[in-house]
Amino acid sequence: MQRPDPDEYPPLSLVVPEPEVRPGGQPDFSHVAIPRAGTVRRPDVDADPEGIRDLAFTIIRVLNREGQAVGPWAEGLDITPEELLAGLRHMMTLRIYDARMLNAQRQQKTSFYMQHLGEEAISCAFQRALAPGDMNFPTYRQAGLLIAAGYPLSSMMNQIFSNAEDPMLGRQLPVCYSSREHGFFSISGNLATQFIQAVGWAMASAISGDCKISAAWIGDGSTAESDFHAALVFASTYKAPVVLNIVNNQWAISTFQGIARGGAGTFAARGLGFGIPSLRVDGNDYLAVLAVAKWAAERARRNLGPTLVEYVTYRAGGHSTSDDPSAYRPAEESTAWPLGDPILRLKNHLIALGIWSDERHQQAEAEILAEITEAQKRAEAIGTLHHGQHPSPAGMFEDVYAEMPPHLLKQRHEAGF
Amino acid sequence: MARMTMIEAIRDALDVAMGADPSVVVFGEDVGYFGGVFRCTAGLQAKYGKTRCFDTPINESGIVGAGIGMAAYGLKPVVEIQFADYMYPAYDQIVSEAARLRYRSAGQFTCPMVIRMPTGGGIFGGQTHSQSPEALLTHVTGLKTVVPSNPRDAKGLLLAAIEDPDPVIFMEPKRLYNGPFDGHHDRPVTAWKSHELGEVPEGHYTVPLGKAVVRRQGRAATVLSYGTMVHVALAAVEESGVDAEVIDLRTLLPLDMETIAASVNKTGRCLVLHEATLTSGYGAELAALVQAECFWQLEAPVRRVAGWDTPYPHTHEWSYFPGPARVAEALRQLVEVA
Repeated sequence: MQRPDPDEYPPLSLVVPEPEVRPGGQPDFSHVAIPRAGTVRRPDVDADPEGIRDLAFTIIRVLNREGQAVGPWAEGLDITPEELLAGLRHMMTLRIYDARMLNAQRQQKTSFYMQHLGEEAISCAFQRALAPGDMNFPTYRQAGLLIAAGYPLSSMMNQIFSNAEDPMLGRQLPVCYSSREHGFFSISGNLATQFIQAVGWAMASAISGDCKISAAWIGDGSTAESDFHAALVFASTYKAPVVLNIVNNQWAISTFQGIARGGAGTFAARGLGFGIPSLRVDGNDYLAVLAVAKWAAERARRNLGPTLVEYVTYRAGGHSTSDDPSAYRPAEESTAWPLGDPILRLKNHLIALGIWSDERHQQAEAEILAEITEAQKRAEAIGTLHHGQHPSPAGMFEDVYAEMPPHLLKQRHEAGF
Repeated sequence: MARMTMIEAIRDALDVAMGADPSVVVFGEDVGYFGGVFRCTAGLQAKYGKTRCFDTPINESGIVGAGIGMAAYGLKPVVEIQFADYMYPAYDQIVSEAARLRYRSAGQFTCPMVIRMPTGGGIFGGQTHSQSPEALLTHVTGLKTVVPSNPRDAKGLLLAAIEDPDPVIFMEPKRLYNGPFDGHHDRPVTAWKSHELGEVPEGHYTVPLGKAVVRRQGRAATVLSYGTMVHVALAAVEESGVDAEVIDLRTLLPLDMETIAASVNKTGRCLVLHEATLTSGYGAELAALVQAECFWQLEAPVRRVAGWDTPYPHTHEWSYFPGPARVAEALRQLVEVA
């Protein structure tokens, strides 16, 4: 074996991708190619994945700058004014709820909180494409699934405050909600584990001859985890009735999306190697998200297999209350985000339709704030992290097993319960 | 009654469970068409169809993760990890997910699944086909861990595991798949068909989880062991001439401390025997429990005999794991302590 000639092969060097701009720089999203609303085609749900590969590299958009719903994805939507108004209300509720809970964390009423600011359309719209009995396997930034499914805000707050009415009995970090009845699987802090579980759940539905489908959720950063790839291979192999959702909000805490994406053109493109139809959608466009979610859910329900959807959005807030985004990205970057604000965009659409107005919007904001404030008062009256009533510590020993084994019973007695 | 190997008994248990309950599904690498590398699932796909017994991609985390989703849906998955050594890629799903699902969802979601894995050495499998990772699993709260030592128990314990509402790790000592093993690789293997515990009842029965059994009555010392080492212990007791009681734990968690304490309080001496490496092994837990429960009846310190703290050496397999000679010597020393 001969050593390579250093004249022919200069020393190797490692590539470490960097975002375009760092704090102090000018925000720049010129590299994000954004097609005009209504210009991307809508294939039939039984389209051959090979024939729609281009949808993994574009952005499906419905709402244009004038607030009109345009193009083939709008035409396929079939949505009533009541449903549109409900969608707006869900997003507004999530935003106001977020603000109140963020504040509650600053007041030390809870240890931790995670906001959805800028991403409200994704979970709120997606839930409207599901039916009772379907199951989401969410991450920590999809509380909109619960709000749009009608889960009580007071139950969410009780979980945040870990009080005596916390449905999780004080065992989970704040925001780790769970409701089987509302199609919301228990959240794990370990990333991507739920992605393959969602596929397994969908496989079980198919094995059982049921007609329920599941939805898997993951962030752009966590697509680097092995379980993401496990989920794609299983979903692809068994054509599981699952919608595989990637929320690309540009940032995995302080790490920009280019680190997890590697050489792939887009996150959606990851699905192409598995023969999974893969679509990229404007995550700040409620109608586009709903249209794509309905398309993907319909495919799953018709036993046509999985669909991968990348939601292109921007995490306007911090990763969590423990995060300071100004340390790693320009402060103005969120306002420079070219896809706009999801609530404002749907609001403008409703105004353009003549079923909404600035006055009614303000009034709705006041109503929702009052409703949330009222729920918060009730929750706080029960207890917050350091005050009031909490679940009994005796319950700490329950649910480790269906029946408490002798060694655990002994420890419970030792603890004095 | 039928005479069976442990492989046949395991297959029979799966057959009985799948026949009785359509929610039982079996999957893993090679388990479908081919019936698994050890053939434990042979014939099940032909009998129950390929959506109830099927092959998976080589992705242990995917196998367990998909199983968790299925269990949460309401099925009873019995998944196979081809060798216990390949549990590590699935460890996060086992530890952080399967074991905690009931707890973290306050009982809204549960995980009634069984994770089968051939375990232990003695078949020249080298360092990646011979490990006994039970201590890594018994340390995890929320899991139950079972290790059968014979065909009759294997079937009854597996049926109990499948019917259990919690995730159960079912470790199958592969050295016992075809016959009992007394630690002498150079002697002919006894066939299960000539062993009383190779007599396996037909149809449905269970051996309850969490119950140990006394395999040999004795007065001078108690040997605690499980799986392959139960047979080594029995051989060692004969070789040592020490009248020792041999307990087969069968379930490591939950542990049958009552049977253990009754025996040690009677004999006053205890030897813990396992094939896994010594340090921080499951034997440490047993020794600590015996010390705490039986201290005033003990006439000698609890002794441990275990695999050396090295990876499993392919060529030196017979020097590595505890054979009857090492155990017999330890037993003799144990009873010599005044």
